[in-house]
Amino acid sequence: MDPTILSRILTAETLAFHIIWATIGVGVPVFISLAEAWGIYKKDPHYILMARRWTRGFVITVAVGVVTGTSIGLMLSLLWPRFMQLAGNVISLPLFLETFAFFFEAIFLGIYLYTWDRFKKPVIHWLTSIPIIIGSSLSAVFITTVNAFMNTPAGFRLENGELTDIRPLEAMFNPATPSKVAHVLSSSYVTCAFLLGGIAAYFLLKGRNLEYHKKALKMTMVAGLVLAVATAVAGDLSGKFLAKHVPEKLAAAEWHFETRREAPLILGGYLDENNEVRGAVKIPWALSILGKGSPDGEIIGLNEFPEEERPPLYLHYLFDGMVLIGTYLILISALFLYAWWRKKNPWNRWLLRGIVWGAPLSFLAIELGWMYAEVGRQPWIIRGVMRVEDAATTADHVGLLLMVFSLLYVALAVIAVSVLIRLFRHKGPEKEMEERRIIL
Amino acid sequence: MEMELIAITILWTFLYGYLIVASIDFGAGFFSYYSMLTGKEHTINQVINRYLSPVWEVTNVFLVFFFVGIVGFFPDTAYYYGTALLLPGGVALLLLSIRGSFYAFANYGARKSRTYMFLYGMTGLFIPASLSTVLTISEGGFIREVEGDVVFLPWNLLTSSYSWAVVFLALVSVLFISAAFLTYYAHKAEDGPAFEVLRQYALFWSGPTILASVWVFMALSRHNMTHFQNMLDIAWAFLLSLACFLGAVYLIWWRKGLGWAFILVMLQFAFAFFGYGSSHLPYLLYPYITIQSGLTHSDMGWALILSFIAGFLLLVPSLFLLMRLFLFSARYVRGK
Ligand code: HDD
Ligand code: HEM
Ligand code: HEM
Repeated sequence: MDPTILSRILTAETLAFHIIWATIGVGVPVFISLAEAWGIYKKDPHYILMARRWTRGFVITVAVGVVTGTSIGLMLSLLWPRFMQLAGNVISLPLFLETFAFFFEAIFLGIYLYTWDRFKKPVIHWLTSIPIIIGSSLSAVFITTVNAFMNTPAGFRLENGELTDIRPLEAMFNPATPSKVAHVLSSSYVTCAFLLGGIAAYFLLKGRNLEYHKKALKMTMVAGLVLAVATAVAGDLSGKFLAKHVPEKLAAAEWHFETRREAPLILGGYLDENNEVRGAVKIPWALSILGKGSPDGEIIGLNEFPEEERPPLYLHYLFDGMVLIGTYLILISALFLYAWWRKKNPWNRWLLRGIVWGAPLSFLAIELGWMYAEVGRQPWIIRGVMRVEDAATTADHVGLLLMVFSLLYVALAVIAVSVLIRLFRHKGPEKEMEERRIIL
Repeated sequence: MEMELIAITILWTFLYGYLIVASIDFGAGFFSYYSMLTGKEHTINQVINRYLSPVWEVTNVFLVFFFVGIVGFFPDTAYYYGTALLLPGGVALLLLSIRGSFYAFANYGARKSRTYMFLYGMTGLFIPASLSTVLTISEGGFIREVEGDVVFLPWNLLTSSYSWAVVFLALVSVLFISAAFLTYYAHKAEDGPAFEVLRQYALFWSGPTILASVWVFMALSRHNMTHFQNMLDIAWAFLLSLACFLGAVYLIWWRKGLGWAFILVMLQFAFAFFGYGSSHLPYLLYPYITIQSGLTHSDMGWALILSFIAGFLLLVPSLFLLMRLFLFSARYVRGK
């Protein structure tokens, strides 16, 4: 296979793996900090213990995040030298800023981890969690602006193949940045709400009917509902952004071929040999509303674009999957909160099972969303400026590298998960509370 | 100062930072494996773990900072080095990954396995070896541009005596820096037995460090005469480096002023590293990229420098806090 294809596979694989741990890295500190703050405020040792246990798991996932992040960072230069050469001139500012965010996060993570009992006032320990949140969320913001730049390049001019008139801030705050940053952050947070909530629900299902897990579930589901709605709103903004700036991506995802008003949203279905949509649910006007905010908004169709610049049509399923999962997350957390508020039984087994499913599903949504965003940019690596095949390395041996790193990721995943399981099965919260002499 | 000089000074300084903190880490990995083999594990491992666990992620960021920064300030390096170094870079990444995950899996995640200790120890030697070859490559002769394509000549690298001299120097320096630091740390922890073991390591590796430096000088004179001449012009820097080295060994030998001894070791490497770096200029990759030809657009350059200043102002107090808590806190160091 040629180096371009192999480079694409290796990049996709590394990013798809990194994003799992990066998402945990962005979201979980928020919940750790929340739990510790609530515990200090309410003087409830359950929440403090929660923060401690989440932190212990978090350290393991961070390590994998750091390792895979370092890989992707260096690999961008190794696999896409031409891209990085151009990016270095135009969009290196946020990449550079990101390293400071890493520094900030890494330093305070070290402090947070090893100073649980060193300060007289617990509030001081809690305060050291704030820089971790700032650092990890900012690193997500900065890297997302780079990705936004690839979708809607800005802040430079190309004259006879020469870059001129570089405006770093404009490149960073390109048209894709606001909606993308909002959606990436909110989706990372909501995913972690469901990750932690799903774990609590799992233990409740296993019959560990503990106050501890119930408290964790309530806390994460309250946050989960708010964040799931925020994610949907940010996703809606992303749709509006696409309709305006990257219409071919939205059109490909919606099998929307002819430019028209009152465009329907298509769910599921398949395309027959004449590119006619079959077996799909059509929601009238919904695409116009998603894209333009009004039923008679005009949505540009795919036929306006030359054949070789259209993204692949399977994007449709990726997009549908993400939206479906987003809706599911809103529904299930709302149902739980409703049952709790109305003093029905929120610990119903089916409800708990539904929440457990929310955890893997939200990670799936993250993956689907990124695949949609990245594959939807094809054939461009920087939309309208540089094609993927012009950016790739010309060196041999990419195949070898691909093999080695695939093995590495499998090994990392297996070891990380088994270490996590051992860590928590070894010592349940019951036992730990006893050891720490928490009397309830 | 001109922008390209500011830029390369920033990058070189962070690389120096990485050289020191990473050496401590890499060497510690080797020592803990070695001590496991010789049954002295319990004596020194505590000292090692107490310092390294809180800071390993910070160590890694120094490296990330360097390679992101160099692509930002000198984008052409991404093209030349990126194309040429696919395989060596891949190997270095693999080793870094194994090592990074060690902390999580073995240190935080319950029990230690022998295989992991082995990998941890060995990566500590192979990573510096593979990273140091990038400096070798920058001397020229290992990358060629043929009809617009960049090609890497691995055979030249493997058969060059200069390249092996640099690898050897990297290995022994790592062990020497690490042992010197850990000696100081064990002394602070008032851990007598660990101190004695580590002091021996430090003294043992001091001799090879000097031998390796001399070897590198001689090999360079044959590989890149211009660079060698430039180095002779600033011979004072290398002589100062030697003086610092002698001072450090003297102090460690007499078990005196161990904090100062480590500072002298840092100065020894600072003089040598900056001396080497400044005599290497203006080339980033001989003879293809110089700091002038490779520089990014000036608006981007200033944006990066400004953001560096802002970031630095944030970084210094945080690093200071980290050191206060884990390095200079006598209570923590003693494990209380
Ligand atoms: C938990 C994860 C999650 C959930 C539930 C959703 N999304 Fe999403 N979506 C992402 C996670 C995500 C993401 C991983 O964060 C993406 C990938 C690239 C990006 O910028 O964000 C994304 C991209 C993305 C894009 C493409 C943006 C671009 O390419 O510039 C659109 C139009 C939407 N989303 C719309 C939605 C809508 C209407 C949702 C309805 C609920 C939705 N998403 C739920
Ligand atoms: C972290 C979340 C991300 C994920 C999961 C992700 C996913 C993907 C996937 C699936 C591909 C393959 C597309 C294809 O081959 O058809 C890809 C390609 C690529 N992505 Fe992303 N991406 C992410 C963010 C980014 C960011 C932030 C950047 C830039 C800084 C980036 C740079 C690239 C490059 C250079 C390619 C290869 C060229 C291409 O195929 O378009 N990605 N990514
Ligand atoms: C091409 C895209 C990306 C590159 C080059 C990249 C690079 C890196 C690097 C080098 C690290 C390690 C830093 C360290 O040593 O501490 C890292 C970690 C991290 N990355 Fe990525 N990253 C990418 C995509 C993303 C995305 C899309 C997100 C968020 C949505 C993200 C969030 C994080 C976070 C929070 C960390 C800190 C480690 C953790 O807490 O798990 N990264 N990344």
